[in-house]
Amino acid sequence: MSGIKYTEDHEWIRVDGDTAACGISDYAQEQLGDIVYDELPEVGKALAARDEIAVVESVKAASEVYAPASGTVAEVNEALADDPTLVNQDATGGGWFLKLKLDDPAELDALMDEAAYKSFVEGLD
Amino acid sequence: MTDPRRSLVSLQNREDFTRRHVGPGASEIAAMLEAVGYETLEALTDKAVPKAIRSDAPLALPDALTEAEALERLQALAAKNRPLASMIGLGYYGTHLPPVIQRNLLENPGWYTAYTPYQPEISQGRLEALINFQTMVMDLTGMHLANASMLDEATAAAEAMTLARRVGKSGSNVFCVDRDVFPQTLAVVETRAAGLGIDVVVGDLADGLGGQDCFGVLLQYPASSGDIRDYRATVEAAHEAGALAVVAADLLALTLLTPPGEWGADIVVGSAQRFGVPMGFGGPHAAYFATREEHRRAIPGRLVGVSVDAAGKPAYRLALQTREQHIRREKATSNICTAQVLLAVIAGMYAVYHGPEGLKTIAQRVHRLATILAKGLADLGFSVETQAFFDTVSVAADGKAAEIAERARARGVNLREIDADNIGLSVDETTTAREIEAVWAAFADSDAPGITTANLDSSVEDALPEALLRTSEFLTHPVFHLYRSETEMMRYLKRLQDKDIALDRSMIPLGSCTMKLNAAAEMQAVTWPEFANLHPFAPMDQSAGTRELIDELEAWLCEITGFDAISVQPNAGSQGEYAGLRVIERYHEGRGEGQRKVCLIPSSAHGTNPASAVMAGLSVVVVGCDEAGNVDIEDIKVKAAEHADTLAALMITYPSTHGVFEESIVEICQIVHDHGGQVYLDGANLNAMVGLAKPGLFGADVAHLNLHKTFCIPHGGGGPGVGPIGVGKHLQPYLPNHPLVGEAGPETGMGPVSAAPWGSALILPISWAYIAMMGPAGLKRATEVAILNANYIAKRLGEHFPIVYSGPGGLVAHECIVDPRAFKGSAEVTVDDIAKRLMDYGFHAPTMSWPVAGTLMIEPTESESKAELDRFCDAMIAIRAEIARIESGDWTQDDNPLHGAPHTLDEVTASEWTHAYDRETAAFPVASLREAKYWPPVARIDQAYGDRHLVCACPPLTAYQDAAE
Repeated sequence: MSGIKYTEDHEWIRVDGDTAACGISDYAQEQLGDIVYDELPEVGKALAARDEIAVVESVKAASEVYAPASGTVAEVNEALADDPTLVNQDATGGGWFLKLKLDDPAELDALMDEAAYKSFVEGLD
Repeated sequence: MTDPRRSLVSLQNREDFTRRHVGPGASEIAAMLEAVGYETLEALTDKAVPKAIRSDAPLALPDALTEAEALERLQALAAKNRPLASMIGLGYYGTHLPPVIQRNLLENPGWYTAYTPYQPEISQGRLEALINFQTMVMDLTGMHLANASMLDEATAAAEAMTLARRVGKSGSNVFCVDRDVFPQTLAVVETRAAGLGIDVVVGDLADGLGGQDCFGVLLQYPASSGDIRDYRATVEAAHEAGALAVVAADLLALTLLTPPGEWGADIVVGSAQRFGVPMGFGGPHAAYFATREEHRRAIPGRLVGVSVDAAGKPAYRLALQTREQHIRREKATSNICTAQVLLAVIAGMYAVYHGPEGLKTIAQRVHRLATILAKGLADLGFSVETQAFFDTVSVAADGKAAEIAERARARGVNLREIDADNIGLSVDETTTAREIEAVWAAFADSDAPGITTANLDSSVEDALPEALLRTSEFLTHPVFHLYRSETEMMRYLKRLQDKDIALDRSMIPLGSCTMKLNAAAEMQAVTWPEFANLHPFAPMDQSAGTRELIDELEAWLCEITGFDAISVQPNAGSQGEYAGLRVIERYHEGRGEGQRKVCLIPSSAHGTNPASAVMAGLSVVVVGCDEAGNVDIEDIKVKAAEHADTLAALMITYPSTHGVFEESIVEICQIVHDHGGQVYLDGANLNAMVGLAKPGLFGADVAHLNLHKTFCIPHGGGGPGVGPIGVGKHLQPYLPNHPLVGEAGPETGMGPVSAAPWGSALILPISWAYIAMMGPAGLKRATEVAILNANYIAKRLGEHFPIVYSGPGGLVAHECIVDPRAFKGSAEVTVDDIAKRLMDYGFHAPTMSWPVAGTLMIEPTESESKAELDRFCDAMIAIRAEIARIESGDWTQDDNPLHGAPHTLDEVTASEWTHAYDRETAAFPVASLREAKYWPPVARIDQAYGDRHLVCACPPLTAYQDAAE
């Protein structure tokens, strides 16, 4: 998918108009297993890059999710409350966590693109 | 040939208990030694346990007693106790444990030897019993959600305080406590608050907060004085301030009173002691913790929930485990691990047996007697200060409280001397008319005060406030109505018991849990009335026997551990950790080094360690481990130096959580001491050291011991536990103490960590009896055989699975880790599949995915014979062969006996069978199962389903009918 960027903590972010959607990578959801709950921040909250933005829980693990870039929470994915498995089904699509209004879109330049992330993940196994 | 004539001393057979506690006999030990390649137990021990930590002198303990001698001695101690009828109240009340529950549950190893239900498929019986408890608490309190027990009411209140701070919207740092709460609850809350920097403000909260800003309030209902107050205005004021309302409530009173959930409480806590669990000089008892739906992810402790199994049938399991310390570590909602399962099960069954009408009748009788008692005192000219009450009244005694109480004791009744001018009187299920009349006689100072309970019965009026009478129904679920006859109850308990695997069926090889024998002789004294019926705050001369026992046990534990003092107050290992860390902090403060707040914790530590450190107000710095699983000594050096000015402590487990005797332990302790820190040793693995090494001598300053592991207190399905701490002399002044019982600890102590002065005193005779009957030689032998058994398993399984981590000579300590991770790639088999398949073979799985994800940790203990170890190893090896058939393509990765495990009787006998393997392979993979087969009651449970659809109350019976259709 074009325009998607990844962090080393397995978050993704993709600019779409005024805001950027983010979530956890397909690799991360697979590592966590069946996701049962996502704790999302309140809309309007200002975040610095690397701030904790969410907690994702599977049956066996809980993992913090960090902001890939600084910005303000513009929207959260309410659908996850009813169906947290969306993250398992479509991590980088319907399983998005929240949309950020970015402070500085240039921050994304430092993140990995799809190919770089792919080889980063391969290096982990 | 005739045997040589033996002496009388030899015929006395003092080693006989050791022979029966230690599973393998001489020939089995010889065979196992041969298998692991050592001539003698001593040679194996010398190789496995590093020289640097060894204490070679025999333990200076009394010689072993026989079972008969130990019981005789316990009887002599019991005879020194003088339990009187108690009207002291304060959260501890006389109660009748229904004999059907005592015999079939409390005294039944099928219940008391089980472990925490981490493997739900083989724990459905006690999970159902726990969900009964949760449902009972939810109904009585009027709350949405209750957990499966807390350690005691006071710690439940302290946990409620921290929950309120976590979720509350107020920015305040103040927790308001009403002045009429139980004094021990207030003291435990204050202890906990001190570590976290919370300000506790005590005041009269009867009519609001008086403008005080706070994040939470704590109220008692009915209050300590007996008063029943309408707290609605206070709760509203709290909510307006963004604070949570915590209410400590009496379950029996709630059968008659409007439950706190109906007047706005956010958290309700309390004790379930008076539901059939004896006072026991303070414990163990189950406390409860109930809250609203919205706080479900913030609730501490274990929570039983409903899910479905692979066949779509309802099944129980522990829910939302990601809140807990073993997963969330320093971010956990609490450090609590062991709770009070056995006691919660008893309390739940008490409600099942009596049902709502029965409980109400008990409550009404208690209330009637209390009103009669009060009326009689008023008629005698005394001023009863409590107007609205359930079971407790305060009476003015005009300077004569001590005198009256003394006269009452002479007549066999303990009263509560509130102060010189006031007496408190609490009536309970066991109170008799004779006792009421004895109290009147004591007040009147006359043998014949001229009134009788029978005379007053028809004329007294209820003293429950009209506005707070309960109108809502409770315990409407069928489970609280089906088992009212003793026959039905006996069979219900048996049916549930049969669903579970406890030590009465097979070995439970849980690593780090030490599932050893809980001998019958050790258990006997627990239900003796002289031990069971003591109120923890009764005058000290009445508990002389128990206290002598505690003194002896403490002295023995000092000798075993090399420490100078022991406190038995902590009710679990986690609470011991918390107490030990607070002791260390107080020590640093006492030396003017209060800035020491950093706690080093190895990454391999049990999750409770970081959770406890955070609860004690310390900041956690993680130390790495090397590839051999040992603590990275270079990393310790770097981090100790980096935090030299702020280093408070290192928490370290020994032998390590990987089951290895790390040779560098002495050096590690030295490094920490050199940088001004104290060493906290997690004694969970002490079973590998008793009689061989003493933590107090090789560098530890504090350690907690798990009496429910090493010293034979049964696990009870997840509690009770006892987690005493041992400390060096320099830390002794800071040990836990108690506000109401000066004898329980040093005046300079850290405050109480438990509601009761000596914690769970009722179960201390178990550990006392174990040490007394083993003697110094027996204890050492137990340790040596525990090490042999673990190494034998490692040797046998090592030919079929990789064994990760070992110490000197390639040996493990008292447990070993089997690594099946490679099968994920070769056969799509995970550690779960192996654990579930073991159930088909009749075994409880070893500890799963801890301390290393994807692995199994096995601790056989000394109590398992070679025959049982072989049966277990045979099962593991047979499972390995099954995996090989998947690897070879004989079975597919989706359809094989591991994937389908566990197999229920239902499935195996159904007309339809669709698997590629046959039914016999599914259910009887080894021939010995034809002799004795355990049938898992449910198929594999869907964990995720239960966490996504949280239900923590008894499911309606229709749920089972729907599944069957």
